Amino acid sequence: MHEEMALFVNGRRVAVPQGAMVSSAFLIAGDPCRISTGGEPRTAMCGMGTCFECRAVVDGMPHTRTCQLPCRPGMKVETAG
Amino acid sequence: MTYDVVILGAGIVGCACARECASAGLRTAVIERDLPGGATTAAGMGHLVAMDDSPSQLALTRYSRSLWQELEAELPPSVEYEARGTLWIAADEQEMAEVSAKQAAYVEAKVASTALDGAQVAEAEPNLRRGLAGGLLVPEDAVIYPPAAAAFFLEEAERRGAVLLRGKSAVSAGRGRVRLEDGTEIGCASIVAATGADKALLPWLPIQRRKGHLVITDRYPGFAHHQIIELGYLKSASELEADSVAFNLQPRRTGQLLIGSSRQYGSNDAGVEQEILRRMLERACEYMPGLAQTVAIRAWTGFRAATRDKLPLIGPVPGPVIDPAGDDPTLYLVIGFEGLGITNAPGAARLLVDQLAGRTPAIPVEPYLPVRASLWEPAHA
Repeated sequence: MHEEMALFVNGRRVAVPQGAMVSSAFLIAGDPCRISTGGEPRTAMCGMGTCFECRAVVDGMPHTRTCQLPCRPGMKVETAG
Repeated sequence: MTYDVVILGAGIVGCACARECASAGLRTAVIERDLPGGATTAAGMGHLVAMDDSPSQLALTRYSRSLWQELEAELPPSVEYEARGTLWIAADEQEMAEVSAKQAAYVEAKVASTALDGAQVAEAEPNLRRGLAGGLLVPEDAVIYPPAAAAFFLEEAERRGAVLLRGKSAVSAGRGRVRLEDGTEIGCASIVAATGADKALLPWLPIQRRKGHLVITDRYPGFAHHQIIELGYLKSASELEADSVAFNLQPRRTGQLLIGSSRQYGSNDAGVEQEILRRMLERACEYMPGLAQTVAIRAWTGFRAATRDKLPLIGPVPGPVIDPAGDDPTLYLVIGFEGLGITNAPGAARLLVDQLAGRTPAIPVEPYLPVRASLWEPAHA
């Protein structure tokens, strides 16, 4: 049993296991990491920092690769427009 | 199968030629081994630029740019045509002297341009470093997304009856016959080689492959407004042997920034090379320090097809001096555009079909005829 913590995905509180990546928090929330220039929802594909599909806004910082970033309690992450 | 014209290669040049041929009523086929517009066409920046490194270069780029302007209303949104203008940057007073010479050449060729002082450059592009001497704005230059433009030309050609034969390479082409790898024989009155930087079929082509790197960033809307190039670019582009880099930045409609440029001879490896990529990005950051804080999402390379005199080869092949197989009255070339294939595709296609159809061209074709290549030293391997 993993210990849980909580962060905010697009303003909603989401509980995740300790050690989860931010891209996983988006998946748990059911929200895309970003919206492509063509208007499509996108989320982590490679999971290893190569494909750049998981970019999102993390604590106000845009263009962050969320599959490489562990969740921290109280973090605020948003889908990138 | 017989056609009036068989075009080898569905890059932007081959596709533009197909559209012109089909428009002229010629029965046209295009042969493409891979993806149309997928090689050099997909690797370039898509800058439509009146380029003044020689009077003949300026004549062709200006003519082609005017054809793009005529086409603008027909282009689908996917082509992302934007008349952003080019801002040529002079770093110091020595380069400001070049601005005057450049402007004189544009005046002579009736290309609109405006000289800017350092303060006007800073106002036009606030993310450029302070203290630049000035620049030259060429407002009618534009940017496009080249693979979509190639697709547009190809669709227009097919709508007018041209046929795309995709997925098979030609294994021989000459004397009115093209043979594909599956044994298919195609007869035609004229063969047009628009094979770009790919010399697999016609290894004697007098072109050299010149590798380039590009980087694209994430979206930073408003970071830059024009295609911005350092005046030293012309010097970099005219180096015939040494590797070089020059600052060249293009804002895309999405807010992404396309960052170039590099030029290398002798590298046939399509991989990204860290050393020249580092030099290229350091150069870009010297001009726009804020780029260091942006996130790049992709880097890639492509190969330009360079000729000895920097001008393309458009027209019939002049016999055994450049083609060891000898005089072939059916063979035409539309190759060797180096970094200007996107700009020059519509003009070159028009000049080719003027020759095929016996029409009077809008500008003199002589500077681009392949016959001049018979005077060149043999190209490097």
